[in-house]
Amino acid sequence: MLFSMLSEAWHSMGANRLRTFLTMLGMVIGVGAVVLMMAIGEGAQQSIKRSIDSMGTNLIVILSGFSSTQGSRSSSGNSSALSIGDANAIKDLEDIEMIAPISTGNAQVIFGGNNWNTSIIGTTPSYFLIRKWYTEKGEIFSDDDIRSASRVALIGKTVAENLFAEVDPVGQTIRVQKNPFTVVGLLENKGQSFDGRDQDDVIIVPISTAQRKLLGNQIPGSVRMIMAQTKSEKYMGLVEDTITDLLRQRHNIREDLDNDFSVRNLTAMAKTASETTKTMSILLGAIASISLLVGGIGIMNIMLVSVTERTREIGIRMAIGAREQDILLQFLLEACVISIVGCVIGVVLGLGGALIVKKIVGAEIIISIQSIVLAFSVAASVGVFFGYYPASKAAKLNPIDALRYQ
Amino acid sequence: MMAQPVIKIKGLYKDYQTTAGSFPVLKNINLAIDEGEYVAIMGPSGSGKSTFMNILGCLDRPTTGSYFLDSHDVNQLDNNELATLRNKTIGFVFQGFNLLARSSLVDNVALPLVYARDQKDLRIKVAKKILERMGLGQYFKSRPNQISGGEQQRVAIARALVNQPKIILADEPTGNLDSKTSDEIMKIFDELNQIGNTIILVTHENDIADHASRQIRFLDGKILEDHKTKKSKVTK
Repeated sequence: MLFSMLSEAWHSMGANRLRTFLTMLGMVIGVGAVVLMMAIGEGAQQSIKRSIDSMGTNLIVILSGFSSTQGSRSSSGNSSALSIGDANAIKDLEDIEMIAPISTGNAQVIFGGNNWNTSIIGTTPSYFLIRKWYTEKGEIFSDDDIRSASRVALIGKTVAENLFAEVDPVGQTIRVQKNPFTVVGLLENKGQSFDGRDQDDVIIVPISTAQRKLLGNQIPGSVRMIMAQTKSEKYMGLVEDTITDLLRQRHNIREDLDNDFSVRNLTAMAKTASETTKTMSILLGAIASISLLVGGIGIMNIMLVSVTERTREIGIRMAIGAREQDILLQFLLEACVISIVGCVIGVVLGLGGALIVKKIVGAEIIISIQSIVLAFSVAASVGVFFGYYPASKAAKLNPIDALRYQ
Repeated sequence: MMAQPVIKIKGLYKDYQTTAGSFPVLKNINLAIDEGEYVAIMGPSGSGKSTFMNILGCLDRPTTGSYFLDSHDVNQLDNNELATLRNKTIGFVFQGFNLLARSSLVDNVALPLVYARDQKDLRIKVAKKILERMGLGQYFKSRPNQISGGEQQRVAIARALVNQPKIILADEPTGNLDSKTSDEIMKIFDELNQIGNTIILVTHENDIADHASRQIRFLDGKILEDHKTKKSKVTK
């Protein structure tokens, strides 16, 4: 019964191909848009999540310089207000798990005939623990290397690719601003940070070495920033305040003056970023769903026309024994077939579109079964929902009037 | 042998509600039709014969009065049960053939069996057999618009017969046909009656009505005349 009604629905769709196609197009575009938008949204969320994971958890970053933009003040990270002493003081705070003082700069790095301009990070071994960044080959440097300011370096994937190509970098000697450094380790791939920088385009050296040999013109003992990991995520706001108070005290800043440093809760920022992305993808999905709704209205419109056109047919069917539910089912099935076929095409086009976006824009795209299932079930229910009214209108026709209809 | 009345109507009234009030179309109709009868219902336009036909066909309900069809009290049935009754007990033949234009002849003839929930193989088999009986064996896959009017009406008759109904209701079955084709169609009805089918024809043409063995005339919503002709006229 159902099968023969399905095949009938299929045939009656074929009777007016252009109209069926146009009606279906509404669903195709709606479903395609939902699938595409969800793929883009989920991709964006995934890439943000990965960057956040790559950053490390429960992170507070203290930058030297002003965070305030009032008046003309130097931007954060530029002055030399923070010191190793500050870092050690923060380390002794109760809720702090680990800290890593960081000095940064840029330098030209040379190996053999290749050279590469990259950023230099001078830090301590705890940096790698905080950021959960491990070596792919070799070892990270030790506290002894910090004390002796040894010329050892860990290099990121991007640097390795540009300088070494096929050669195994571990054990090789590179030149950074004329100083020879031994590569002791190759860091594993870290990918993009959530502000879009390539985190693998870096070489990491002991902070003492960096300050003495590479970033020479700084005040001895000063650091550009301090990365601190708290013991739990719970009290991060409190810890921020504690650090601020501690540093104001250490820097002898008067009550009415601004800080000469800024404290940022990276985890909170990352959360905000991820929530923004989430909101964005929900928004995209919502807009796409509107086109699904419009598609549904199109189906309803055409089904109403179709019921009117086929009034006589409905009358004939009723006269020879069709019950109300038979007529209802017939028109409902037609609406469902249109929306489901439209949905299949829409899913295919949406996936195709997603692949094109991935190719052209290079954005991360994630196609999940859930989004397809969701789009599909929404489309099917749109078909039922918008098909129901015309179908019930058909089923409630008076057989005599329907038979007389010209 | 005493024939069982397949249609029993007592004190039937039908009013139409219009904005000007209720308007009586059928007034106090009493009628019994036995199984195997060949009845012609006649009358001018506006006499109420079409409304009566609709009530006989269970497409409409009487306002008051009782109508028993094949011992079912039609007043007691809901719309679904009426649909089932139309499907199993009545075979309709219309003036305008009323075939589904997009379906093949076999599918048209098999349609009542679809609503009777028969299996597909069986439906097709039965439909083909009846089409062959109607001399349309070569047209199984054709569409209604590919065959002549007389052939279309034969398809419609085949469709009416497919569920082996108790009565065949034909509403001006020859109204759209020329006289030669009309004769052919009437011959089919005669034959169907001879093998025991109950046939009710609605017509305003005397020579069509002459085929029947009983003529009922309507005028102004009442039965004016109800008489049996001696013998049904059988076309050679």
